[in-house]
Amino acid sequence: MSLCLEDVKRIARLARIAVSDEEADAVLGQMNGIFALIEEMQAVPTASIEPMSHAQDVVVRLREDVVSEGDQHELFQSIAPQVEAGLYLVPKVIE
Amino acid sequence: MLNASLTELARLLEAKQISSVELTQSLLGRIERLNPTLNAFVTVRAETSLAQAREADARRARGDALPLTGIPVAQKDIFCAHGWPTTCGSRMLSNFVAPYDAEIIRRFDAAGVVNLGKTNMDEFAMGSSNETSFFGPVRNPWAPAAVPGGSSGGSATAVAARLAPAATGTDTGGSIRQPAALCGISGIKPTYGVVSRYGMIAFASSLDQAGPMAKSAEDLALLLNVMAGFDPRDSTSLDRPPEDYARDLAKPLTGLRIGLPKQYFAEGVNADVLRAIEEAIAGFRRLGCETVEVDLPNTRLSIPVYYVLAPAEASSNLARYDGVRYGHRAAHYTDLTDMYQKSRAEGFGPEVKRRILIGTYVLSHGYYDAYYLQAQKLRRLIAHDFAEAFKVCDVIMGPTSPTTAFDLGAKSGDPVQMYLSDIFTIAVNLAGLPGMSIPAGFGDDGRPVGLQVIGNYFSEARMLNVAHQYQLATDWHRRVPAGLEVDAQ
Repeated sequence: MSLCLEDVKRIARLARIAVSDEEADAVLGQMNGIFALIEEMQAVPTASIEPMSHAQDVVVRLREDVVSEGDQHELFQSIAPQVEAGLYLVPKVIE
Repeated sequence: MLNASLTELARLLEAKQISSVELTQSLLGRIERLNPTLNAFVTVRAETSLAQAREADARRARGDALPLTGIPVAQKDIFCAHGWPTTCGSRMLSNFVAPYDAEIIRRFDAAGVVNLGKTNMDEFAMGSSNETSFFGPVRNPWAPAAVPGGSSGGSATAVAARLAPAATGTDTGGSIRQPAALCGISGIKPTYGVVSRYGMIAFASSLDQAGPMAKSAEDLALLLNVMAGFDPRDSTSLDRPPEDYARDLAKPLTGLRIGLPKQYFAEGVNADVLRAIEEAIAGFRRLGCETVEVDLPNTRLSIPVYYVLAPAEASSNLARYDGVRYGHRAAHYTDLTDMYQKSRAEGFGPEVKRRILIGTYVLSHGYYDAYYLQAQKLRRLIAHDFAEAFKVCDVIMGPTSPTTAFDLGAKSGDPVQMYLSDIFTIAVNLAGLPGMSIPAGFGDDGRPVGLQVIGNYFSEARMLNVAHQYQLATDWHRRVPAGLEVDAQ
């Protein structure tokens, strides 16, 4: 499998990362090198193997569905790029 | 004093032969002198550290000191510490001041440990050489032209150069063990789930694990006693009874069965590294250990599996950096999507972008089964290999890294070559096992060689015992880089 320049640009759009033509070109060669490395695993037969999604076969714990934190919005918003009246400011998305 | 073990420092503090303030001042002075060259620390706040040291001295005077009260420890800049800049080596977080403490920072605070500063690291812990940090590369104290390894390279250099008695690190594919090996110090990645991940900036959640880095295994045991333990705020934290990781240090090694994977002693390992490791194994035989060959047939697959799973998890974890709530936001943009795209393009460096792109691709529609699902299945095969090996041995040993520290820039243009340098460490993370690296000699180039010790789940105390007994019989861990001797200062 080999990626082309359009693939890289499409993936970058999905990942919400702006890339110039030069950057996409540079990344293309490196990604193809990495995918050549990854291809090695495709040949292994795995039909009967259960996927392992966690480092150990344990059930991830859930907490009680109760409020456990106080209101800290002022503290957390003090490090935000732009806030107003307790709201995060972003460019207008609805006219 | 700066060469002393944590036990010796604790004894000096207890006997009031030194104060925590004196110790902290001495280290801060050394950091001021040497950090401009080594670049191991990205943030030092002398007044904050000294205030903690004064509080520790007062606590000791009150008689309620714990074993590490008053001892300074450097913290990898991946751990949120309230009021401290926490950059994760990235421009994206270069303006981020953490509004809360990571669980391990809280535990260190509760133990009266002094935060000596935040150490440099590969951006978002992605790298094996510490060259991807937004704050510039760290230098290896044994060879200033060489890398310290990554991603906990700042922590490794800080300990090796005696800028800190100990430091914290994180290990997603070898990021504690490989820099420990390349800098000639000791480091342990515990079993996944033993140390809380709360407040540790996430890279690949099913692989990331925090652990200590120090001069010796004995010091690691004392640090792990503070760091480890159940945390209800981390859903991956394991609810197990507290352990004393120093309890088995004195146990003799007679009859210990060491598994030697044939794949770890094959082609691809430098001859001088192999020589040092074989000499270390011979040392263990002299201590009464037996060796047995074991087979880890899927070792080669661990790199492709890792470079599917880790980027997939990273692409998801790093989606939160969008310039809205915290972190870098681009100055000029036209609409919301443009703001996201430019903020992320400016905030992330090339290695992070590359991994996000790979992760986005392998999770995208039509490719999920071929890449992500296949990698998860192979992960089980890799874990099964270890389970089979541990039926015939107590610990597994081999080189931590196939080479000694390589020169800055030697691999940075070729990601595949860089990735291959983690061939012996990655499988341990995929299986969730504990692994450590201890100094085991030097290569022909005078750069340190690390011996990797891999244990079965929750066998940290036994592994630390194995490493401690070796360190009682050798002095590799006591060596200090030329020109950085403490007495010469």
